[in-house]
Amino acid sequence: MNILKQTLLVSCITFLAATNTALAQDANDPHAGHNMAKADTVETETNETKTPEATDKPWSMADKYWGAEAMAKARAHEIETMGGLKTSFIIADRLETQITDGEDTFIWDAQGWYGTDTNKLWIKTEGKYSFADNAIDDAEIQALWSRPIARFWDVQAGLRYDFEPKGRTHLVLGVQGLAPYWFEVDAAAFLSNKGDLTSSVEAEYDFFLNQRLILQPRGSLKFSAQDIPELGIGAGFTKLNMGLRLRYEFKRELAPYIGASWQRSLGETAQIVRAGGGTPDKVKLVIGVRAWY
Amino acid sequence: MLNRRRLLQTAAGGGAFLGLSSLTPAWARTAAEGNLGIPALSGTEYDLTVGEFPVRINGRAGMAVGVNGTIPSPLIRFTEGEEITLNVTNTLKETTSIHWHGLLVPFHMDGVPGVSFPGIKPGETFQYKYSVPQYGTYWYHSHSGLQEPLGMYGPMIIDPKGTDPVKYDREYVIVISDWTFTHPMKLFRKLKSMADGFNFQKRTLPDFMKDAKKNGFGATMKQRAEWNRMRMAQTEISDITGATYTYLINGRGTEDNWNGVFTPGERVRLRIINAASMSMFNIRIPGLPMTIVQADGLNVRPLEVDEFQMAVAETYDVIIEPKEAKAFAFVAESIDRSGQVVATFGPRPGMRASVPSLRKKPLLTMKDMGMDHSSMDMSGGDMEGMDHSTMDHSQMDMSGDMSGMDHSKMDMGKMDMGHRKVLEKKIKRGPGVVNIAEMPVSRLHEAGIGLENVGHRTLKYADLRSLEPNPDTREPEREIVLHLTSNMERYMWSFNGEKFTHVYDPIKFYEGERVRLTLINNTMMPHPIHLHGMFFDVVIPDNVSSIGGSKTHKPRKHTMIVKPGEKQSWDISADHVGDWAFHCHLFFHMLAGMFQVVSLLPKDESNTARKIDHSKMDHSKVKMNMDDMEEVDHSKMDHSKMNHENIGGMSK
Repeated sequence: MNILKQTLLVSCITFLAATNTALAQDANDPHAGHNMAKADTVETETNETKTPEATDKPWSMADKYWGAEAMAKARAHEIETMGGLKTSFIIADRLETQITDGEDTFIWDAQGWYGTDTNKLWIKTEGKYSFADNAIDDAEIQALWSRPIARFWDVQAGLRYDFEPKGRTHLVLGVQGLAPYWFEVDAAAFLSNKGDLTSSVEAEYDFFLNQRLILQPRGSLKFSAQDIPELGIGAGFTKLNMGLRLRYEFKRELAPYIGASWQRSLGETAQIVRAGGGTPDKVKLVIGVRAWY
Repeated sequence: MLNRRRLLQTAAGGGAFLGLSSLTPAWARTAAEGNLGIPALSGTEYDLTVGEFPVRINGRAGMAVGVNGTIPSPLIRFTEGEEITLNVTNTLKETTSIHWHGLLVPFHMDGVPGVSFPGIKPGETFQYKYSVPQYGTYWYHSHSGLQEPLGMYGPMIIDPKGTDPVKYDREYVIVISDWTFTHPMKLFRKLKSMADGFNFQKRTLPDFMKDAKKNGFGATMKQRAEWNRMRMAQTEISDITGATYTYLINGRGTEDNWNGVFTPGERVRLRIINAASMSMFNIRIPGLPMTIVQADGLNVRPLEVDEFQMAVAETYDVIIEPKEAKAFAFVAESIDRSGQVVATFGPRPGMRASVPSLRKKPLLTMKDMGMDHSSMDMSGGDMEGMDHSTMDHSQMDMSGDMSGMDHSKMDMGKMDMGHRKVLEKKIKRGPGVVNIAEMPVSRLHEAGIGLENVGHRTLKYADLRSLEPNPDTREPEREIVLHLTSNMERYMWSFNGEKFTHVYDPIKFYEGERVRLTLINNTMMPHPIHLHGMFFDVVIPDNVSSIGGSKTHKPRKHTMIVKPGEKQSWDISADHVGDWAFHCHLFFHMLAGMFQVVSLLPKDESNTARKIDHSKMDHSKVKMNMDDMEEVDHSKMDHSKMNHENIGGMSK
């Protein structure tokens, strides 16, 4: 168990460091500057001149054959369709049983969206059910408005509601996207109705062992700006979670997996856990399924 | 002339007794079902019913949308200049339309809802009526909803009024397409949410280790890092692959073996149409060369090749002359080599050629990102595609006259601007534009991805020459530069970074002008770009082709592949007034926004429009540096030496 723990620790540090570097590199991608400079020197004589008439009536030569009204309707439909379609997506990234001595839990981690390329309603939910207590320990849902701000990044803002524990409501501001080297990253800050400020960052990566067998390291780190005694949280970094999951994609949409997850409470939060008689450090075997539609 | 309407009815009625062939129009049947080459029947009136119907593909049942209950739709064949009537009845619950791909119809008959007409409502019968000044192989398809990927496409042949310069003993129509039992909307949703979800050819850890062993760990790491940092995949060649699609020839998968017959020694004309919604193919008949005689319906100088790449919506007519009495495999392999469809040509009906295995998967290179600095060397590359016997060497005079010019000192970027005004929108990287090609180059001399090292003769666009002299050889007075832009991750596709949804102004052409349209592909994918309503002359720079450029016999096309990182120009004589669709013919790229409208404005209107343009133009930036070259070109060209009469065995 110790060796597994150490391996996970090393891989988690490497992983978070890599993500961090990746994010930093995206900010100053050397090619970004290069390309912009190039674009600026392109010799253009004039941009497309938008006369008022042209903007009111994009193209209308067919009106005289088929009537302006019928054409306007068809035109509006085509404009709306090509590039403006709303689509949807649902993914259960983790539906898994986490197995440790006597403390087995089931966790869910799912999200989905509906909308266009520019505006999406984005729903996220995460939670934990304890078999021992026969109760849901943690459960939250977020409703966010998501909008692209860069090539691979969306900014997301909205509300989070905690069903368990204790019905807090938070304002959410975050970014989600793809960092260089294909790291999927989700980072957000939460301001609760009790005035607590917390944040979390998650990252994952896919190693293709073959076309269907995929090894996914995954890490998350949580932070709190202040002590929140009623939640057993101390100021500073509160929780680190590292996992390694091996999944098999029978279809791209459906993949069972097996893996390990190492969870560690950090700093003051770890002391609070210890004081309560708990262990701040757990390794779990995970078995689950990843599915999307 | 036989009434085509009656013929279609007979075919449909008689089909009930013929089993499987009832699902197939006569021209698309196999030799085993009695198709020994299509007869030259034609008609002037057609009844086409658009509806939903069951199909059976490689033994599995599915539902399709199409015309008169078959995939592909009926063959429409008539004679150049004849007026034809097509009554299209819509039995669907949604609007439909038929677009006549490549036909120079009046624009209000072009069949694009919202651009040329309102569409055909459910229950309505719409009458198309037109005559066109052209002949050759074309096709038609729906331009509404998701009907085209569901099976709504068919071939058209227009026979010449006079003698056909192409001589043949037998002819077949080969319609290649892609079919899936998954509904197209589901495919689109999947592309929008998990764009790489169809790719089962990804680079894996074992691939990495193999490369590391060969090239060293450091070099391999660096190579992978370069791509991964940019979040681009070297294996993203087709959005939807053979893992999802069943590729079809005349409605049949490889198992269903479409087969045609020939008598050894005969000249057989194949009219090949790529009617797929998302798949480009490499076409070959192992052991049998093909002589390309027509591209996009217009005759070209015969060019013998062993393989060619074919974009969605292109058509090629080839002549094959099988001498041996054996079965030949006609292979259409998808360009990412994730799948293929094989048909058979043999001396007897029902033969089945052995199916070759798929070849090694190709990978994208830095050149595809428009970043390969070494590619500024534009020497013609390999010469294997040249067929000297069919070349018109008189053209060489032109390049001789140009030899005094020092190409090495010329700035290629500015050369083409000459003294014409250039309209180019600045594009910026952002959610819809991942990459801007730093150094786009002409790639007309390349056969296409995967065909770089096949070891036999391939078609390069730069080697295509119109058989007839170009009707208009004026230099363009104006140039419009359009950028092809995308974000694969978000599955956003557009021109100039603006999806059609966000476009308010059409691209404007003015009647009577000669305009150059230059396309720069900033994406990692080849796009079949199609302009409705007119042919364009493909500009072949002198230094890109092994046989030199052409001023008078440029290939004229309606659809062209623009390769990743490529800059390609078309010269257009703006004389066909109307609003015309202009788009990428990959169906889901169009649906994602890679669509625009070209308004070819009539003279009176264009005068007003031009006045407005001039008032806002900054003439100080107009470059006059290439004046000399224009003059040199024309004065020293020896047109008298050109020989259009007897080329490569063709007679006029």
